Amino acid sequence: MISSLRTESGGRIDRTHPLRFTFDGRAHYGFAGDTLASALLADGVHLVGRSFKYHRPRGILSAGSDEPNALVTIARDIARTAPNLRATQVELYQGLAAESQNRWPSLGFDVGIVNDALAPLLPAGFYYKTFKWPAWAWHKLYEPAIRAAAGLGRAPTRPDPDRYANRFAHCDVLVIGAGPAGLAAALVAADAGARVILCDEQAEPGGSLLAESSAMIDGRPAQAWLADTIAALGRTRRVTLLPRTTAFGYFAHNMVGLAERVTDHLAAPPPHLPRERLWQVRAKEVVLAAGALERPLVFRNNDRPGVMLADAARTYLARYGVRVGRRVVIATAHDSGYRAALALHAGGVAIAAIADVRAEPGAAAEAARAVGLAVRAGSVVATTGGRRRVAWAGLMPVGGGAVEAVPCDALLMCGGWTPSVHLFSQSRGKLRFEPDLQAFVPNLSVERERSAGACRGVFGLAAALADGAAAGEAAAKAAGHGGAKAPRVASDAAGFGSGGMLGLAEGVAATKAFVDFQNDVTAKDVKLATREGFRSIEHVKRYTTTGMATDQGKTSNMNALGIVAASLDTSIPQVGLTTFRMPYTPVTFGSFAGLARGDLFEPVRRTPIHDRAAAQGAVFENVGQWQRARYFPRDGEDMHAAVARECLAVRTGVGVFDGSTLGKIEIVGRDAAEFLNRMYVNAWSKLGIGRCRYGILCREDGFVADDGVVGRLAADRFHVTTTTGGAARVLAMMEDYLQTEWPELEVWLTSITEQWAVIAVQGPRAREVLAPLVEGLDISRAAFPHMSVAECQVAGVTARLFRVSFTGELGFEINVPAGHGAAVWDSVVAAGQAHGIVPYGTEAMHVLRAEKGYIIVGQETDGTATPDDAGVGWAVAKSKPDFVGKRSLARAAMAAAGRRQLVGLLTEDPHLVLEEGAQLVDDPQQAVPMRLLGHVTSAYFSASLGHSIALAMLADGRARQGSRLFVPMPGGAIPVQVTAPVFYDPQGVRLDA
Amino acid sequence: MPDAVTLAPAAPSARFTLRARAAAIAAAAAPLGTGLPEVACRAATAGVVAALWLGPDEWLLLAPEAEGPALAARLAAALDGLPHALVDVGHRQGGLLLGGPAATEALNAGCPLDFDPDAFPIGMCTRTVLAKAEIVLWRLGAESFRVEAARSFMPYVRQFLEEAGRAFAAA
Repeated sequence: MISSLRTESGGRIDRTHPLRFTFDGRAHYGFAGDTLASALLADGVHLVGRSFKYHRPRGILSAGSDEPNALVTIARDIARTAPNLRATQVELYQGLAAESQNRWPSLGFDVGIVNDALAPLLPAGFYYKTFKWPAWAWHKLYEPAIRAAAGLGRAPTRPDPDRYANRFAHCDVLVIGAGPAGLAAALVAADAGARVILCDEQAEPGGSLLAESSAMIDGRPAQAWLADTIAALGRTRRVTLLPRTTAFGYFAHNMVGLAERVTDHLAAPPPHLPRERLWQVRAKEVVLAAGALERPLVFRNNDRPGVMLADAARTYLARYGVRVGRRVVIATAHDSGYRAALALHAGGVAIAAIADVRAEPGAAAEAARAVGLAVRAGSVVATTGGRRRVAWAGLMPVGGGAVEAVPCDALLMCGGWTPSVHLFSQSRGKLRFEPDLQAFVPNLSVERERSAGACRGVFGLAAALADGAAAGEAAAKAAGHGGAKAPRVASDAAGFGSGGMLGLAEGVAATKAFVDFQNDVTAKDVKLATREGFRSIEHVKRYTTTGMATDQGKTSNMNALGIVAASLDTSIPQVGLTTFRMPYTPVTFGSFAGLARGDLFEPVRRTPIHDRAAAQGAVFENVGQWQRARYFPRDGEDMHAAVARECLAVRTGVGVFDGSTLGKIEIVGRDAAEFLNRMYVNAWSKLGIGRCRYGILCREDGFVADDGVVGRLAADRFHVTTTTGGAARVLAMMEDYLQTEWPELEVWLTSITEQWAVIAVQGPRAREVLAPLVEGLDISRAAFPHMSVAECQVAGVTARLFRVSFTGELGFEINVPAGHGAAVWDSVVAAGQAHGIVPYGTEAMHVLRAEKGYIIVGQETDGTATPDDAGVGWAVAKSKPDFVGKRSLARAAMAAAGRRQLVGLLTEDPHLVLEEGAQLVDDPQQAVPMRLLGHVTSAYFSASLGHSIALAMLADGRARQGSRLFVPMPGGAIPVQVTAPVFYDPQGVRLDA
Repeated sequence: MPDAVTLAPAAPSARFTLRARAAAIAAAAAPLGTGLPEVACRAATAGVVAALWLGPDEWLLLAPEAEGPALAARLAAALDGLPHALVDVGHRQGGLLLGGPAATEALNAGCPLDFDPDAFPIGMCTRTVLAKAEIVLWRLGAESFRVEAARSFMPYVRQFLEEAGRAFAAA
C-alpha cells in the first residue's frame, strides 16, 4: 500500500519496483531509488535513533552524508554487520534489515534517557571535572563505565567475510562532486581531450539536479539534460564515472583517496565483486565541486524528531516523492527556505507558518505571500513541543516576547549554507571569511586544484553550471589539454537568493539548544566553555567535543563558531576555524586493508627446500618474511629432545641444514677487492682465489652491522654472504657507499640470495657423505682445507662448494641454482642414509654455534657493540688506510674500560637454562635499582656438554672470566661462572678434520 | 568470451644481470644481436634475446633457458677486459605472463604506475612494486605484460594478481 505521504508521481524512484525492508524488525515498504531515510519518512517514521550522551529521541535531519542523527546498523548476517551508517545514504534493496542504535531496550523506550534528566551533572568537559579523584578510580571505574555507556554502534565480532579491492589510478582532471558544477567541469575537460575521473558520493550523479523539478538547461528540462550528460560522459573512453564514491582525503601532490562502495546497495552481491574499492588517484589537476551544506538553526529542543533541514525536505519531495509531514512550519534565515516552502506547498503540504529571522526578508518572502503563505518577518523558534515527534513550534519575535505554539508535524529550518571546503582545506589551501555569505570560502591554493560552484560560494544552478564549465576548461588546459572552449550552459533557473546566520538568534535560550547533534553539544555548553576561559576554537572544540563526532561537525561547526564569536564579542575570522581532517565521511578498515589479508597480508617466503623439510616433519618458524625449518621432531619428540638429537648427530655423525635464506651478494669488477677493503674491517687484497674469509661489516659509527663469509671466486669476483635478516640492508648500504662515496670504483653488486639454494652438510662424516656426489674437485683435507671455495658439480649440478662451518665441525655448504635445490637435497639425504644423516633446523644451528662462541649479529650485538666488544676484534685490519667505521673505532671511548664484552656463562646448576635478556649483577643483595653489569644474549641446553650454556655481554667481561656473578630472577638470584665464550673444542681442531 | 585477466608462467628462462660502462655497452651489441637500450625503461629484443634497461648501467637479459650458456659464453668473450659485471640470475626469479583486457586494472591493484599507453607504451620496462613485492614489469603488447619477481615472492605475486583479477571475472 502506498503511504499517503508518498506523492502520486514524480521523483527518481521506480514505483513499479517495490521493496520490502525492516527497521528494528518491523516491515516497511519502499521503492527502488529510495534511501532508507526516504522510505522511512514515506511511512511517517521520523524517530530513528537515540543521541550519544543524553539518549534523546532523534530523527532524520538531512538528506545526505552530513546526517548527524540517523545512524543505523545494517546487518546482512552476523559477520556482515556495519554500524553507524547514515540512513540518508543507505540505498534500499529487497530484504534490507536495519537496526537503530544507542537505545536499550527499544527505540521507543530507552533506559539511557535518564542521562537527559541528569544533564545538569554532565556539562561540557564533565569528565575533566567530575572524575578527578580518587586517582585509581579513573582506570578502574570511571573510564570503563564511560566507555561502556558511550559509543554509537557496535562493531561486529566475527571476521569480515567480504573482499576489498584497491586501485591506483592517474588522470588529467579529477572532478570531485557530480552536481551541476562538477558535471559541467567534467564535460568540458573531457571535450578538451583530458583523461577525467568524475566521482560522487551519491548513488547516481547529479547532485542538486536530482531534486530539480522546474529549471531548464540548454533548452531541456534539467532531468533530461542530466540524463544526456551522463550518457555523453559514459560514451567517452577517457572518462571514468564513479558513483557511490566518496573523495575522503586529499594527500600531498594531488593524491586523492576515494572510497567506492561497490556492492553495499545490492540485495545479493555477486561473490566476485569486492564490497569496497579504495582508489588512490594521482591527478594532474583537481576540480573540487563538493557543493554546500545547509545549516540548522539553534533553538531549544531543535533536536526533536520531525525537526529537519528545509532543503532536505524539498529534496525528499522532489527526488523521492515523499512529504516529510502534512503540516509544517518553516524557520529560515536564508531565501532558500522559501524555495522549500513553495515546493512543499505545491506538493500538497500545508505550510502553517514561515518564520524568518530577518526583519525585511525581501522578494523571496513576497513570492511566498503571493501564493498565500503566512510569513512572519523578524520571527524565530523559541522552542518546540511534542514527545517522540514535533507537535508544535513555539514562535516568538526576535529578541524575545510572547511565544505562540503553532501546531505542526514537521519543523523545517534553514540557517543558510556552508560551502564544503573540507577537501580544499585538507589540501592545505587557505580560506577566507566572506561576510556577505557568512561563510569561509577557498582563497589561496597550495595544490593544483580549483573549486567550482557552491563549495566556493557560487550559488544557484545557472551560476554553478557556468563556474563548473570554466573550472573544467582551466583544469584541462593546465593539464596540457588546451583548445576546447567552455560551451555556455544556459539555464533559466531562478537566483539562489541570499541570507544566513550563525549561532543563536537574539533572545533565543541556549539550554537544550543543540549545536552538535551527534555529540550532544548545546549552545549552553559552548558558552560555558568561553566563560571558563577557552578562547581558541580548537580548545573549545576539544573541551566541549563539538565537531568531534563521526560527522566532523558538518552541520555544527559554523554555528559553534558563531556562538563563540558572539560570547567573546569578537569576529568570526578572529576566532578562526578548526582543522579539517580526513576522512570526509568514515571509511571502513576493510577499504584500507584492501587485498592485504590472509595469504596476501604479507608475502611468505619459502626456500626451494621448504617442501622437503615439510615432508621430513619440520616445524617452521618465521624469520622476517622467511619460513625456516626450526627442528625436525621424530616420534613425538618435543623441541628440546629433537634439538638435542640433532645437535648430537652433527657432533658425532653428520647433519644437513637448509641455509638458503642466507643473504648473498655477488661483487664483480676490477676493483672488487678494493671495494671490500673499504667496506669491511678485514683485509681482502691478499685473499687467494678459492679461499674464504669471515668478514665483519661496521657502520660508520664503528658498531657491528653484519657479518658473513666472503669467498673469492676469481680475481675480480667475490661471493659474499650476509645474515638472513641483513641481506637487503647490507646490499643497500654497499650500494649507497658505492654510488655516493666511491663512484670511481669499477665494481658492481648483484643480489644472488635467491639464485642459490644452500645445503650445509656438517659433522665429522660430512666428507664421506659428500665425496661420492662431487665431480671435478678433490675435497680431501689437504686439497680443500677449511675456508675454501670452488666451482664443481654436486649431484650432477653446477655448484659453488664452500668448506665452511657454523657448527665447529668439518663442514661444507653446497650452493646450487635454486631450481635444483630440492633435487640436490634429496641426493645428499640419500647419500647420507648410510652415515645416519640427520636434517637439523635453526634451533640446533643456534645451539651448535653458541657452543663454539660464534656470535649472531643482532643477538649478541645490539647496534652498540664494536668488533672487539663482540670478541671478533682479531678480524680488524688496523693497518688499512680506511674502512667504514675506522675513524669511529679510533675514538678513546670505543676502547675505554667498562665496555661490555662477549663472555660465556655456566650456571652452577647444569640443568638450569638462563633466560635470554636476563641481567647480570655482582651482588644480588644490593638495593634496587641494582648496578647492572651485563645481560644474557643467548642461552641453551648443550646436549654435547650435558650442561646449560650461555653467552653474555658483560662489562669488562674478558677481565672477569673466572669470577662468580648472579642473575637476579623473580625466583631468586642464579649464580653463574664467567667463562670464555667458546665451550666446545676451543682449539678448533675439529674444523680442520 | 576471453577472460578479462589471464595469467600463465613464462617459459623457463635464462637471465643475466649485466652491468656495464661505455666500452662494454658497445661491445655487448654483437653477442646480443641488438644494442643495449640506452633510453631509460625501454627493452630491446633480437630474436629470442631481450635486454631490459633497469638503470643507467644495468640491464636484465632474458633468453630461453637452453640459450643461456651460449649467450653467457658469447658475452664473456666479447666483454673480456672491458668494465662490466655479468651475473647469472636465472634461478633468482620467475616470470609470469599477464594478459587480458583488464590486465592493467589488475596491475593497478598493487602497482601505482600509470598504464595509459602514452605513459607506459609497449616495449617499456621498469623495476617497480606490486603491493608488498618488488617486480620487473615489461609491456609486451597493449594488453600483455611480463612480470618478473624474485623466486620466493612468486607465489605472492601470482596470488595477488589472481585475486585482483577476480573482480573482472564475468558475473
